[in-house]
Amino acid sequence: MSAKTIKFIITRQDSPETAPYQEEFELSYRPNMNVISALMEIRRNPVNAKGEATTPITWEMNCLEEVCGACSMVINGKPRQSCTALVDKLEQPIRLEPMKTFPVVRDLAVDRSRMFDALKRVKAWIPIDGTYDLGPGPRMPETKRQWAYELSKCMTCGVCLEACPNVNSKSDFIGPAPLSQVRLFNAHPTGAMNKEERLNAIMTDGGLASCGNSQNCVQSCPKGIPLTTSIAALNRDTTFQAFKNFFGSDRV
Amino acid sequence: MAGSRNFNTRRLHSLLGVIPVGLFLIEHLVVNYFATKGAASFDNAADFMGNLPFRYLLEAFVIFIPLYFHAIYGLYITFTAKNNASRYGYFRNWMFLLQRVTGVITLIYVSWHVWETRIAAAFGAEVNYQMMADILSSPFMVAFYLIGVLSAVFHFSNGLWSFFVSWGLTVSPRSQRVSTYVTMGVFVALAIVSVRTIFAFI
Repeated sequence: MSAKTIKFIITRQDSPETAPYQEEFELSYRPNMNVISALMEIRRNPVNAKGEATTPITWEMNCLEEVCGACSMVINGKPRQSCTALVDKLEQPIRLEPMKTFPVVRDLAVDRSRMFDALKRVKAWIPIDGTYDLGPGPRMPETKRQWAYELSKCMTCGVCLEACPNVNSKSDFIGPAPLSQVRLFNAHPTGAMNKEERLNAIMTDGGLASCGNSQNCVQSCPKGIPLTTSIAALNRDTTFQAFKNFFGSDRV
Repeated sequence: MAGSRNFNTRRLHSLLGVIPVGLFLIEHLVVNYFATKGAASFDNAADFMGNLPFRYLLEAFVIFIPLYFHAIYGLYITFTAKNNASRYGYFRNWMFLLQRVTGVITLIYVSWHVWETRIAAAFGAEVNYQMMADILSSPFMVAFYLIGVLSAVFHFSNGLWSFFVSWGLTVSPRSQRVSTYVTMGVFVALAIVSVRTIFAFI
C-alpha cells in the first residue's frame, strides 16, 4: 500500500428487513477517482479497514455521466450522483449512505419505484397512439423548446425527494420531480391537449398541495431544474383549474 | 372532486391564514396601538371594538372558526414534515422550520391570551388598559407576550410569502425574492408596532 490512502465509512444493510450498520474501508489513493471507481476497487478486493474479508458493496449505476440518475446516494450528508462525486473534491473520511427516503434494497441500492408510479399517476407522457395517422402536431417555438429542454433533463434520480422535508413516511407527497414533469408535458403543444387531466391528477391527495415551500429541491437538483418555479406555476394553473372544476367554464 | 380534499383543505388553510385571520391580526395590533396614546385612549378603542354590532357573529366568523381551523390543520401539516434544516441549511428551509415553530408557539400563546382576556370577559372581567397592565406586571408574562406576539407576527409575514406562492401569484425566482423582502418588511413593521404596544402597558 502506498502512503496516501482514502477512507470510506459506508452504511450497509444486508436485506430490506435487517438493520443497517457501518463498515469502514481504506483504499490506496489514485488520482482522479470518483466514488464509483472506489466502490469498484472495494468490489475487486472486499476487505474492510480492519483487514477482515467482507461482502462487496451493492450499489446501482448505469451511464457514469450523470444523466441516468441510477447511482444517487447520500455522500457526506448530501444526496447526489456517485459518478460525479470526485474523491479529490470530497472531505475525508467519505461517508456513503443510501437515500433512506426510499426502501433500501441492499447497501446503497434503493428502490425508486414510487417515482415511476408517480409519473404514471400524473400522466407524464403525450398520448398520441391511435388507429390512424394523426398527421403532424402543432409546432413548438424554438425559444420554448430550449426552455422545455431544461425541464426534460430530469432523470428521476430521487435527490429532490431525499432533500424534501415533506417527502417522508408520514406523508404521501409524490415529491417535486413528477410535478415538474407535469409542467413539461403541459407546456408541449400536443401535450397541452391533455393539460386538465394532468392538473386534476396533481390536485389529488399527496399531490401539489403537499408542497411546503422549503425549496430544498431546487437547491439540491443536480440538473439545476427550476423545480420551485414549476411548482409555483402549477399552483397558478391549479388555482384556475379548481375554479373551472367548481363553477364550470365556457372555454373548451 | 373526489380525491382533491387535501388540495382544497390546503388552499383553504392558506387563504384563511391571510383572510380573515391575518387581517384580524393587523386590525388587532392597530387598535391596541392606542395604548401608546394613554390609558383613556386605549379604553375608548377597546370599548368601541367590544360594542360593535353583530359582535358574536364577527368574533365567530372573522376570528375563532377560521383561526382554529387554521391552527388545527396547521398542526397536522407541522407534524407530517420531517425537518432537515441541520442537513440542508438553506434560507428557505430555515424559514420552513421557523414557520412551523412560530405556528405552534402562536397557537399556545393565542389560546392562553384568549383565555386570559376574551373568556375572562365572558365571565365578567372588564377588558381595559388596567387588565393588560395587571397581566404585564409580571416580567414572565412580558417575556411570554413578547415571544408570542413576535411569533404571531413572523408567522403571518412569512405565511404571506407562502400564500403568494401557494396561490400562484409569485412564480418566478425574482418575484419570490422580492416577495421575501416585502414580507420581511411587513414583519419588521408589525414587530415595531406590537413591541411598542406591549411596552405601553408597562
